[in-house]
Amino acid sequence: MAVISYREALNRAMDEEMARDPMVVLMGEEVAQYDGAYKVSRGLLGKYGPERVLDTPITELGFTGLGVGAAIAGVRPVVEWMTHNFALLALDQVVNEAAKLRHMSGGGLSVPIVFRGPNGPAEYLSSQHSQGLASYWAHVPGLKVVAPANPADAYGLLKSAIRDDDPVVVLESEMMYGDKGEVPDGEYLVQIGKASVVRSGSGISLVAFGRPVKYALEAAALLEKRGIDAEVVDLRSLRPLDEETVMASVRKTGRAVVVDESWPAASVGAYVAHRIATVCFDALDAPVGFVSSEDVPMPYNHALELAVQPSADKIVAAVLRALYLEE
Amino acid sequence: MKKTDAKLYWELRNDMVRIRRFEEKAGQMYGLRKIGGFCHLYNGQEAVAVGFIGAMDHERDKVLTGYRDHGHALAAGMSPDAIMAELFGKVTGSSRGKGGSMHLFDPGKGFLGGNGIVGAQIPVAVGVAFAQKYRKTGGATAVFFGDGAIHQGAFHEALNLAKIWDLPAVLVCENNQWGMGTNWKRVSAVEDFSLMASAYGVRGERVDGMDVLAVRDAAVRALKDARAGRPVLIEARTYRYKGHSMSDPQKYRTRDEVDEYRKQDPIYLLEEKIKAAGAWDEARAAAQDAAADAMAAGAVAFAESSPEPAPHTIYEDVYAGRPFFMGEPAYAGRN
Ligand SMILES: Cc1ncc(C[n+]2csc(CCOP(=O)(O)OP(=O)(O)O)c2C)c(N)n1
Ligand SMILES: [Mg+2]
Repeated sequence: MAVISYREALNRAMDEEMARDPMVVLMGEEVAQYDGAYKVSRGLLGKYGPERVLDTPITELGFTGLGVGAAIAGVRPVVEWMTHNFALLALDQVVNEAAKLRHMSGGGLSVPIVFRGPNGPAEYLSSQHSQGLASYWAHVPGLKVVAPANPADAYGLLKSAIRDDDPVVVLESEMMYGDKGEVPDGEYLVQIGKASVVRSGSGISLVAFGRPVKYALEAAALLEKRGIDAEVVDLRSLRPLDEETVMASVRKTGRAVVVDESWPAASVGAYVAHRIATVCFDALDAPVGFVSSEDVPMPYNHALELAVQPSADKIVAAVLRALYLEE
Repeated sequence: MKKTDAKLYWELRNDMVRIRRFEEKAGQMYGLRKIGGFCHLYNGQEAVAVGFIGAMDHERDKVLTGYRDHGHALAAGMSPDAIMAELFGKVTGSSRGKGGSMHLFDPGKGFLGGNGIVGAQIPVAVGVAFAQKYRKTGGATAVFFGDGAIHQGAFHEALNLAKIWDLPAVLVCENNQWGMGTNWKRVSAVEDFSLMASAYGVRGERVDGMDVLAVRDAAVRALKDARAGRPVLIEARTYRYKGHSMSDPQKYRTRDEVDEYRKQDPIYLLEEKIKAAGAWDEARAAAQDAAADAMAAGAVAFAESSPEPAPHTIYEDVYAGRPFFMGEPAYAGRN
């Protein structure tokens, strides 16, 4: 097992998949000569050349759509969005084209494409550059959506995404690119649609995805000091959603707090909380807790931007409420 | 040279020096971690904002730009104190600490931002021009954007709209030759952006963006056209001295390239013109420089001594009137 960063894990996944399949290409802003705005594609231009690693103009709608076209015609593009904030310019191509072409063609077309880049709150970037947009993609049938929270999953999920015959949106995090973790040395795939129990416990289930998994683990450590044994479930895949793993955890603990760094309404977290409340109704000892972003655009001021986001403390408070231990 | 010309030249010099010194100070404060996130400095491009915005009628005209906005904000007359306080994230900042460097606004001065999404300000600006025409204010709108932004669909859609509806808009592409680490020629089908205007039946003009007087002349012509319902595209060829933002190691270009452009420094070029006209005055220049330094230092002192915004302010500035929110609040103070 090598200890590598989340960034290196993504890089290794793309490197291996490009070596394995000559149809895999990478395109996006600054991905080639600059090694990627966040250096995720470092070295790939040198290895695979400018025909396979392409710097695009700043034209998200154009190159995302071009990727979709290439995908229905035999290429397997990985489209890097410098951040998901800018992918909003390409929303139409993802929602109306990538997600719909198989269906509208009666199964005649495949759209094997990966859209990837950092999503979620960053630091000191205000409202347009720092927002959780997972819900936008998770809403759409025809797409698959994954959110790796550690280097091993980043590696294994991206490889699976590149091999998948459907469009897959990968939610990375700028704030996690430097995080280190163990990644198996040999080839390793993480199946899309499988959650993982990253900490087992018996007192309450904390269900999260992406960066907030870290807050859930921090909260679990704080709760342990108070004698509360929390289980942490990392969804890893938002669409499809691994209800089996989530519900098994909640049936065991009888309580749940769901965490999502997006705004609360129409979010993945709200949907998961609803599914738990419905499916595990008999097993629940308390209403399902939900910690989300505050329902406001992100402010620039650092104290304020931290106040807007989920945190270990907010999760602990929600757990205490679910245990009727609120001070 | 006429006396009035000399007066104007000195004013233009002063405006450019103020921006240059403000940016130097902002860069220092970033180094001291008083400012965080993305901070895009305008050094090298001063002649564009000063030459263009200085020719506008601040009573009725409007200005929009991207995230590299400190220079345009100052040229539009925004308070340096309010800008610096915004960069510091203080409640006395122009956006009460909500926007930061990329999102400066001062509606009272006709300065409508400060946009972080590449190219997004262009259709918005054309909409402002629509309102000016609709409301018959007689005003025009100038929108600034980069050599990277010009390839966005937003630019092309907006230019066509401006033309078919005869809107008083001037689209100013500041070709500083780099979009982050990408040289403009690598991603453009044409090597003269002003040509793009002809596809939409609009007048296009290329101007030396290091020459504040040339920019000013182009602005006067463009604003006249715009007010008559003829939108204009201007390409101002310029150069950015600093990295794209504060975290850019600039491996994509050589020191020599930057030095080459520094020889055409807009402030230096203007000083040469003042000298050639026999209107140079060393003491006057020193006084302008000192005043600009004092302005920047004063802005820092103001920002430094200003309070942080209170936590409940996250619930403010989201809606007009009584706000409402989805989900449960984490903090008191949300009504
Ligand atoms: C839609 C969108 N895509 C990408 C980015 C990231 N980004 C910020 S600035 C920039 C380069 C823009 O270059 P240019 O238009 O030449 O302006 P300059 O920075 O040179 O002033 C990029 C790619 C963004 N902010 N918005
Ligand atoms: Mg540029």
